[in-house]
Amino acid sequence: MLISCPHCGPRDVSEFTYQGDGNRVRPDHASTDIGAWNAYVYDRVNIAGEHNEIWQHSGGCRMHLSVTRNTLTHKISSSTPVQAARPTQKAARKSRTKA
Amino acid sequence: MAEYSAFSVIRNALSGNRNWKPAWRKPDPKPSYDVIIVGGGGHGLSTAYYLAKEHGITNVAVLEKGYLGSGNVGRNTTAVRSNYLLPQNIRFYEHSMKLWENLSHDLNYNVMFSQRGVLNLAHTPGQLDEFARRGNAMRHLDADAELMDVAAIKRLMPIVDDSDNARFPIFGGMMQWRAGTARHDAVAWGYARGADRRGVDILENCEVKGFLRDGDKVVGVMTSRGEIRAKKVAVAVAGSTGHVMRLAGIERLPIESHVLQAFVSEALKPILNTVVTFGMGHFYVSQSDKGGLVFGGDIDGYNSYAQRGNLPIVEDVMSEMVALFPSLATVRLLRSWGGVCDMSMDGSPIITTGPLPGMYLNCGWCYGGFKATPASGWCFAYTIAKDQPHDLNAPFSLDRFHRGTVIDDKGQGATPRLH
Repeated sequence: MLISCPHCGPRDVSEFTYQGDGNRVRPDHASTDIGAWNAYVYDRVNIAGEHNEIWQHSGGCRMHLSVTRNTLTHKISSSTPVQAARPTQKAARKSRTKA
Repeated sequence: MAEYSAFSVIRNALSGNRNWKPAWRKPDPKPSYDVIIVGGGGHGLSTAYYLAKEHGITNVAVLEKGYLGSGNVGRNTTAVRSNYLLPQNIRFYEHSMKLWENLSHDLNYNVMFSQRGVLNLAHTPGQLDEFARRGNAMRHLDADAELMDVAAIKRLMPIVDDSDNARFPIFGGMMQWRAGTARHDAVAWGYARGADRRGVDILENCEVKGFLRDGDKVVGVMTSRGEIRAKKVAVAVAGSTGHVMRLAGIERLPIESHVLQAFVSEALKPILNTVVTFGMGHFYVSQSDKGGLVFGGDIDGYNSYAQRGNLPIVEDVMSEMVALFPSLATVRLLRSWGGVCDMSMDGSPIITTGPLPGMYLNCGWCYGGFKATPASGWCFAYTIAKDQPHDLNAPFSLDRFHRGTVIDDKGQGATPRLH
């Protein structure tokens, strides 16, 4: 399996560390909703098909990547820096910093 | 009456082996059943067997999307053991061990259960201490465990590198003598035959495409062979749990599907008479009766439903084998394959009623489901028949993750790829 790193180009999967399911959305730090936190920690969509996930190029440039990979075929259809793929979270962080 | 015996072998030999009955029928689906079990693997078949045998519920269908034994029951590395740390796990797996010990007689089918022992090697004094603790926990609950020193290990297993020059010198090990291996295909076939003879319909090439609902309640399944209704629908589909449960509208579960690879070498003369695990990585090996070394290691570590893995893990497993047994470096690999494992968030299984009315769920076996086959079916059958879990599987509930009662034997946390 080759993962295309936006910085380093296509590299063998052994250079990367799997950081898990990219569909999880962490509740706000101030949230006291125990159900939402439990769901964030334990519950997964576990898709048979196109799966959003996070990989880190830990044996290379150390960039975190947002990867879309088919779990039935292992074919990767996109890999982008995680910051670019998660504008909503970034915006949410910024708005919190301002507040 | 026992169908398989020395007498029946001779009688059938004299008549040219033309009169053996097929081990199970190939019936057409009936319009409805009392219980439908989705998944014709080891756990689904043993559930059907114990439903019929222990609870007298025989109007049962087992639905298998492929041919019987094509999934993980025919892909695992056949080890059977109960060497856990936490009491919930020890009790459950020890119950399984006791069922294994009588399984061939119970089924009148030789599952080739061989109590050749499972030896966990320790490579640091701290690891040996941890094994002593685990062994004591096991002995408290009537499982067996024994610490072995290096000399005893070398006597048992002369091919192991016990020198100080080994990459990870051996400090000792923990042996469970009653553990061992079983012929995995025979387990599927034996349970299938036992269930079939008690009236269970085993429906192969029958893939579930959806669930029939009456409001919230599950009242049957839509399959590739038509609609089948049932009072109770039980799901035991291992790696496909996420996919199948999504058909019932369950979008999220504490499960990730990962691929585990396994390997078998060319046949060798007998060199290894026990099951051995390597303590400084993840590697386990036994030798089959045909002589092939059957071994495996870690899961690949990313979500997968593909039933095939990648090469870095292959290299990893081989290097661990050679670290332990340098003399095996020249042995040729015969086959490798992959199976999809339902990795739970705490490494322990789920055997429960629900999550919808009329539904029952059995999953989360990680890559250790084979040894649990008898107890899993036994407990799941009880849960289905009585609409409540048995004491043995009550801890393995689905809601334990949200109630804070996880059963994390290794203490790895909610990271499925580490269990």
